[in-house]
Amino acid sequence: MQEKRRYHSVRLDKDRCKGCTNCLTHCPTAAIRVRGGRAHILDNLCIDCGECIRICEYHAKVAFTDVMANIKAYKYAIVLPAPSLYGQFRDMARPEYVLEALKRVGFDEVFEVARGADIVTRAIREKLREPNQPRPLISSACPTVVRLIQVRFPELIDHIVDIRQPMEVAASVARAEFCKKHHCSPSDVGCFFVTPCPAKMTAIRTPIGQKKSELDGAISMMELYGQLLPHINEMLNDPDFVPATGYGVAWATSNGEANAVCPDNSLSVDGISNVIRVLEEVENDKLSDLIYLEGNACIGGCVGGPLTFENSYVAKNTIRKMVRHMSPEHPDTAVPSSMLNKYPTKNDLPIEPNTAEKLDDNIVEAMRKMKQMNEIIQRLPGYDCGSCGSPTCAAFAEDIVRGYCTEMDCVHLLREKLKVMAEEMVELAQSRRE
Amino acid sequence: MEELFRISYPVAAADYSSAGKASADIKRRLKQLGVGGDVLRRVAVASYEVELNLVIHSEGGELCLTVFPGAVQLVSSDVGPGIPDLDMAMREGYSTANEEARSLGFGAGMGLPNMKRNSDEFDIKSKVGTGTTITMRFNLSA
Ligand code: SF4
Ligand code: SF4
Repeated sequence: MQEKRRYHSVRLDKDRCKGCTNCLTHCPTAAIRVRGGRAHILDNLCIDCGECIRICEYHAKVAFTDVMANIKAYKYAIVLPAPSLYGQFRDMARPEYVLEALKRVGFDEVFEVARGADIVTRAIREKLREPNQPRPLISSACPTVVRLIQVRFPELIDHIVDIRQPMEVAASVARAEFCKKHHCSPSDVGCFFVTPCPAKMTAIRTPIGQKKSELDGAISMMELYGQLLPHINEMLNDPDFVPATGYGVAWATSNGEANAVCPDNSLSVDGISNVIRVLEEVENDKLSDLIYLEGNACIGGCVGGPLTFENSYVAKNTIRKMVRHMSPEHPDTAVPSSMLNKYPTKNDLPIEPNTAEKLDDNIVEAMRKMKQMNEIIQRLPGYDCGSCGSPTCAAFAEDIVRGYCTEMDCVHLLREKLKVMAEEMVELAQSRRE
Repeated sequence: MEELFRISYPVAAADYSSAGKASADIKRRLKQLGVGGDVLRRVAVASYEVELNLVIHSEGGELCLTVFPGAVQLVSSDVGPGIPDLDMAMREGYSTANEEARSLGFGAGMGLPNMKRNSDEFDIKSKVGTGTTITMRFNLSA
C-alpha cells in the first residue's frame, strides 16, 4: 500500500507535538493517527487542507513553503499574488498598492493571479458552451477540493473542469511576457506564487492534471504580510501594467468564481465539510440541474486560507469594496481571445483517482477484511474517544484489519481484558486454597 | 450465490436530519471494496432514493446491503403502511409524500421509477398494514 512518498506541504513538527489527539477528528479524510505519543499524517490520504494547522494549539502542524531567499536562485523573480492577498490589508483601496510593495521587497516583476482568473473565466465559459458537459461541472481552482474528489468521490472526477488553475495560467503569461520584454530565457526567470494555503504549494510541487507546474515555488501570505506592511504607501507605476478585472479579483472570495463563470445557474460552497455534503448530493444525482459548482475548502473562499493573516470576514469585505471600484468589464470582453490560443489553459494529463481508501486490490480479499472490520466494531465501545490514536472506532477497526495496530490498543478493551484476568486470578487463588 | 458481506442500517420514519447517512455509508463501503464506475453511480442514486423512501413514506424500517461475488444487493423493508396501488406508485411523478416531506423539498415522486431505472433487477412487494419490501440488484461487471 505504501507507494512512493507523496509530497505534502503540511507536515508535523515532531518536537512540538504533544500527542494530544486534538487534530484527529478534524481531518476530513481521516488521515491522522497518534502513535507512540505523537501524530502521524498518512501520506496517501492527506489532501493538504490545513485543518490540522488551524486546530493545533501547539503549532505542531506546519506548512512548508518557499522562503524569500529562494528567489535568489533565479536571475529574475516574478511574483504572482493570489487576489486574497489584497484582502489582508484593511481598507486597501486598490491592488496597485500591494503590487508596488511586492516589487519593493525584491521581486523584479509582478503579475496578478486575478488576471489568470480572468483568462480562466473565459476558458471555462467556452467550455460550458461545448455540448454534453457533465452536470454540474466542478471547479478545479481549489486543489484541496480536487484531491478530496480523488480520494472520496472518484466517480466525480469526470465532472472536474479540465482547465488549469488561475495561478498556472498567470505564470505562463507572466513568464512569456517578461522574457519577451527583457530578452531573456525562460529558465532565467523564477515564478513565485503568494499563497493563502498549503494546498497550492503542494499543487505546484506535485501538480494535478499537469506534467509540470508553470510555477517555481510559493511564498506564504502570512510570511510576506509583515514584510509588505512598511511598503504599502505608493501605487505601482508601470505603463505596461494590465490590471485584472473586478471579476478576477473577486475569485478571492467564495462565489467570485461562480459569479464570473456562470451567474445564472451555479452553486458555490465553502468550508470543507459543506463541500463534502454537496459532493454527496452530486454523487446521488441530486444536483444535475446545476451547470457549475464552485467548491472552496476554506470558509469564505481563499480569504479564509490557513496561511492568511486577516480575519476572513474582514478580508472578504475589503475585497468586496475594492471590486466595486474596479473595471466592471466582464472577462468575456476584457480578455482577448488571442490569449486563449497563445497560452495553455487546458490540463495535459487526466486526473487519476486516489485508491488509498480501498481495503485491498482483490475484491474478495477486501470483503474478507470488511467483514472482519465489522466484527471488530461490534466489540468496540463506540465512544470514538481517540485514545487508541485512530479518529473513530470504525477507523480503528480498519487500522487493525490493515495491520497497523491491535485490539489491545483500545484502552476500553484492555481494561475489560484486565478485569477478566483479575477475576480469573482470584478464582485461581481461591481454588488453590480449597 | 455465496454471500460475501452484509450490513444493515435501521432507518427511522420522518428522521429527516439523518436522511442520507445510510446511503453515504453504503457508498463509502463499496468504494473501500473497490466497486466503482457505473455500478457505484447507480447504487448511489438508488440507495439514496430508497433510504428517503423509508424516511418519508414508511413507519420505519431497515436498509440492508449484501455483496455477492458478482452483484450488490439492496433490500429495504419497512413495517408499514404498505402501498395500496403498486402500479400507480410505479408511475413517474406519482407521490404520496405528506406535507412535512413536501415542505422540505422531498417526495417529488421520482422514487420508485428512479430505483427501477438504476437497478439491474427490481422487485417490490407490498401489503397494506404489513409493509413494503423492495429488492434491487446491481451486477458487478468483472
Ligand atoms: S492537512 Fe488536512 S488532510 Fe492533511 S492531515 Fe491535516 S487535516 Fe488531514
Ligand atoms: S479555498 Fe483557497 S485557500 Fe482554501 S485550500 Fe482551497 S485554494 Fe487554498
